[in-house]
Amino acid sequence: MTLLAMEPSNLQVLWFILIAVLWTGYLVLEGYDYGVAMLIPFLGKNEKERRVIVNTIGPLWDGNEVWLLTAGGATFAAFPGWYATLFSGLYLPLFLVLAGLIIRGVSFEYRALHPESRWRNTFDWMAATGSFIVPLVFGIGFANFVIGLPVVQAPASDRLHVLAGQPYFWQLFSPFALLGGVVLVVLSLFHGSLFLALKTKGVVHDRAVAFANTIGVVAIVGGAIFLVWKNIAYPSSFGLLDWVCLVAAAGGLAAAWWFNKSERDGIAFAGTTVAILFVAIGIFLRMWPNLGFDNSLIADPAAHLNRVTAASTELTLTIMTVAAAIFVPVVLAYQGWSIWVFRKRLSTKNIPDDVHHVAVPSA
Amino acid sequence: MSPETLARWQFGITTVYHWFFVPVTIALSLLVAVLQTMWYRTGEEKFLRLTKFYGKLFLINFAMGVVTGIVQEFQFGMNWSEYSRFVGDIFGAPLAFEALLAFFLESTFLGLWIFGWDRLPKKIHLATIWLAAIGTMLSAIFILAANSFMQWPMGATYNPVTDRAEMTDFGALFVNPVFLATFPHTLAASYLTAGGLVLAVAGYHLAKLNKPNRTPQEEKDASAYRWATKFGAWIVIVAGAAVSLTGHAQGVIMEQVQPMKMAAAEALYETEGGPGRPMAGFSIFTIGTLDGSRPIFEIKIPGVLGLLAKNDPFAEVEGINNLQAHYAELHAAGAMQTATDGTVNALQKAYAEKLKTVGIDNFAPNIPVSYWTFRLMIGLGMFAMALGAFALWTIRKGRYPQDTRLWRLIMLAAPLAPLFANSFGWIFTEMGRQPWIVAGVLPTASAVSPGVTQLEVIISMGLFTLIYGTLAVVEVGLMAKYAKAGLPQVVEPSIKGEDEVLSFAY
Repeated sequence: MTLLAMEPSNLQVLWFILIAVLWTGYLVLEGYDYGVAMLIPFLGKNEKERRVIVNTIGPLWDGNEVWLLTAGGATFAAFPGWYATLFSGLYLPLFLVLAGLIIRGVSFEYRALHPESRWRNTFDWMAATGSFIVPLVFGIGFANFVIGLPVVQAPASDRLHVLAGQPYFWQLFSPFALLGGVVLVVLSLFHGSLFLALKTKGVVHDRAVAFANTIGVVAIVGGAIFLVWKNIAYPSSFGLLDWVCLVAAAGGLAAAWWFNKSERDGIAFAGTTVAILFVAIGIFLRMWPNLGFDNSLIADPAAHLNRVTAASTELTLTIMTVAAAIFVPVVLAYQGWSIWVFRKRLSTKNIPDDVHHVAVPSA
Repeated sequence: MSPETLARWQFGITTVYHWFFVPVTIALSLLVAVLQTMWYRTGEEKFLRLTKFYGKLFLINFAMGVVTGIVQEFQFGMNWSEYSRFVGDIFGAPLAFEALLAFFLESTFLGLWIFGWDRLPKKIHLATIWLAAIGTMLSAIFILAANSFMQWPMGATYNPVTDRAEMTDFGALFVNPVFLATFPHTLAASYLTAGGLVLAVAGYHLAKLNKPNRTPQEEKDASAYRWATKFGAWIVIVAGAAVSLTGHAQGVIMEQVQPMKMAAAEALYETEGGPGRPMAGFSIFTIGTLDGSRPIFEIKIPGVLGLLAKNDPFAEVEGINNLQAHYAELHAAGAMQTATDGTVNALQKAYAEKLKTVGIDNFAPNIPVSYWTFRLMIGLGMFAMALGAFALWTIRKGRYPQDTRLWRLIMLAAPLAPLFANSFGWIFTEMGRQPWIVAGVLPTASAVSPGVTQLEVIISMGLFTLIYGTLAVVEVGLMAKYAKAGLPQVVEPSIKGEDEVLSFAY
């Protein structure tokens, strides 16, 4: 253990990458269940169709969401300075995310518990609204990390950073950021409709394919504008890699759109997966090493908020690394197994007629 | 209201609300696993029906626990940014471990359990509920280790260069004596609550079946409910005993490392017991002056407090006023230590000089809140145990309870009394820690997010209250509906083919 000021270290690099991996896993996995949930009221024309849609993500969405919780926990543990400044700085947006996660999270379970259609429609709309709010806010958020959130030192503690001009709320809605919000929603819809196409048969499948065909065009155009704008206006320190990510993401989207047309559902879904992966990588490249903060208001470079000053000690990072090395593969294995268990396509034929709960007749 | 007060209210509201769902999640997951195991072992339909019945109640509760739990992880950073920065090096790790080891396990395997009846072989399906139950317990381990650090900050030291607490020993989080007492206490309290729920729902139905000429189906139902009533009642009694024993262990450690919290719990203003003083008494009832500095009226049982705090009726138990003077002296000398028996806390010692510059003058928590929540916790817990014993006695030797309003009230109280005991226990342990967020180190007032405005907190608190209030109505309604519906009819689960109708779907 050292009592010296923090120094750059490889473990900080590793944990920055791991946090990027966790966020990317979250966007890839929960991205599709946001998309699917947003589509419940639109692609399901009757109760059974809506239930088919809900059941494609039923067993999986909660595990997907844990990627976000782990990203949050890992940020807290590996970069407390990042966690403290980001979470307090974006107070209201994070509140919106929480509200969105709450109303969608209860909906999947609770919609099934009462046969009345008004009850179910209410929860379907709650699921859709919550699943719209979260990617919208995160899209706006990540676009702001690309721009750089301006930080200053807190008056009471030199070591704590706060966003300049808090409450930092209206400043978040620049045109670039708004585009980021829309793009993440559209990307989730594209990704989600391809997932739905992959996991269903019959009428729901056909509607998902048709919807993907339309939303795919919007995703390609919107994504391209966002990434070109990002690479020109907010380049990372990795130069060419920005453009590699752009090409890979564009390729993924184009492939997804193309293979969806010929109903090669698996390859199409892989296409949006690749696209989200490279969009996320591109954003995290730009966030190195300042973690999405803009330090230009702080004169002393030693007082900047970055991967060095925000980081935990080497001891903490070492312990976390050991834990991650053991448990991340385990988690991947059982989550993968769970996806495999529920690999079968669903159709309205699989959905039982009434609610599953039958009360005992008390004669 | 000051930003600190607002942030504390927000934390209090969201945490107490979250904890309405946690005890049942922790304990009922395992009880359902036990029921399913009994079905797997015996093949008796009764146990499958009970598994599905209590499993449904568990899931209704779990959904709320999950979504309100996300708020918990985010709000450290949102409302308490200086706290997060200051302790993140040691406090963040258990939270990250909780997500990685516990949350993934419980959410993935619960998904497999809910939807796996038609997809997995019986044995593997049984394993999924056990793994989910283990996940909830792991989660409790990590979050209680984190909380115990706030009560007695072991495993860290202060680094003046980075101006924060830094980890010296990760293992210390899990051998912290506060954690070693808190974990079994919380676990036992969870079983007390879930046992109360199992007992209540079954006991309610058993009374309904107290009539002549039961149909053969009703006889079968009655047998299942009778079994579950007994099962629940025994869990309540055994868990209640475990709560008392572990609670006592916690009290002894609290007296050692946080004597001010014990003094506040007892509204003990002046030191009692020890050489030359009468025995320290356990207070049954105390009214203090408005400024909280001395009692006006009190009823005490002599010797009991000494026994509770130090296993010795004649032991000295320090009073609030004595501790206040003692702490003020230590603080002025730059040597703050919360333990008064000579036990030195490394982080408190390392931070004491810096703490002097932060300045703190009142070392006592809110006395009436500490005093009454402590009594409500104990009283409600004991009451729950008594209800369990009463229920067991009522249904002895095949007897049926009378379906009276009193019996229903008792059944309503069986889960609610321990549930509220849980709430009061947490309010006590967190309010009793004040004015510290990390005992003896970081004052709560220095821990709030400096950039967050009052308006932001008020907006979020208002909307959280609205959302939580609405969801509370929905969840209580669903719990009541499914509890009243009683045991479901079941079909033997089997692995379904491609186009077959699933036995369960959302």
